[in-house]
Amino acid sequence: MARAAVSGGLKLRRTWRRAVLVERRTETPSACTLVLEVPGWPGHLAGQHLDVRLTAPDGYQAARSYSLAAPPDGEQIEITVQGVPDGEVSSYLVGDARPGDSVEVRGPVGGWFVWKPEQNGPVLLVAGGSGVVPLMAMIRRRAMQTNSARISGASFRLIYSVRGPEDRIYDDELRRRAMEDRELEVTFVYTRAAPEGEPRPVGRISLDDLVSHGWPAEQEPTCYVCGPTGFVETVSDLLIFLGHDPTRIRTERFGPSGP
Amino acid sequence: MDAQTEAAYDGNTMAGPLSEVFAVEVTTAVGRCHGCGTSSQLATFRVYGPDPGFVGRCPGCESVLVRLVRTPDALWLDLSGMSGLRIPMAADAAAE
Repeated sequence: MARAAVSGGLKLRRTWRRAVLVERRTETPSACTLVLEVPGWPGHLAGQHLDVRLTAPDGYQAARSYSLAAPPDGEQIEITVQGVPDGEVSSYLVGDARPGDSVEVRGPVGGWFVWKPEQNGPVLLVAGGSGVVPLMAMIRRRAMQTNSARISGASFRLIYSVRGPEDRIYDDELRRRAMEDRELEVTFVYTRAAPEGEPRPVGRISLDDLVSHGWPAEQEPTCYVCGPTGFVETVSDLLIFLGHDPTRIRTERFGPSGP
Repeated sequence: MDAQTEAAYDGNTMAGPLSEVFAVEVTTAVGRCHGCGTSSQLATFRVYGPDPGFVGRCPGCESVLVRLVRTPDALWLDLSGMSGLRIPMAADAAAE
């Protein structure tokens, strides 16, 4: 069964491992990507996440869950962290963490919100804000597959809702990949401020966006929706209204505030 | 916290703490709500947390299905809101 194919095995109980920050990249004014070296990292599936734990000098600990942003590169992994106001863990990771610093990580974990290359059929990805992170891992994983096997992978369509142009995470890479790859379509939905020349009026994601840039339900796409709770609820309801089978809609919620 | 407040997370966020005690990935398991009988994957539970602990509610009726609190020397797990769990297993699991 496919379940047994998870590198590292799903049967492994997860323990905390030491991870060293080797690189940080600014993605937006409030989000950055951290590349971590994790000795003994067992590999992971696109969409899985890990927990990061910080320990204060007085022993106080705080742990938070972050999506893995890319397929593993040996023992190097990437997470993209969106800073949240008063975030105990994110404010350190986005603001203070420097190469050479270490944190503890536990993972990979999660088996529900994952995409595997052997899955058949088209894929619809719908992201709200930093909900794009696990979906980017799927896009990057698929690109590896199509490059190495020289076969056409599943067709992906991404609808990515952001407040404004400066909030687009992975902007350049998404545009490049969409240009290079005919089987990948990327559409931005702006909720508060749109770049010049954008024909769509600003506003929250709507039925029209999903009809124009998603897949018809008859094509039976697998739908992955990730974002704040309100966003995920709205998009799931719209997809079901459009006739998509609820069992093919996978969701991941994080945080109460909408983009 | 009452059920009127929007849950900020879902069961995906409990995968890490649960991996400390379960030998298999358990967020793909299906739990049956003791209150309304709805069966749903743990990953889809509406989850409040993570501090001081997690509370997972039924997507159907908002009943509390799972509570999980990690202290320095113990993990407290209350599954009393569920009348059963169906945990997917690899077909070869019995042979290993």
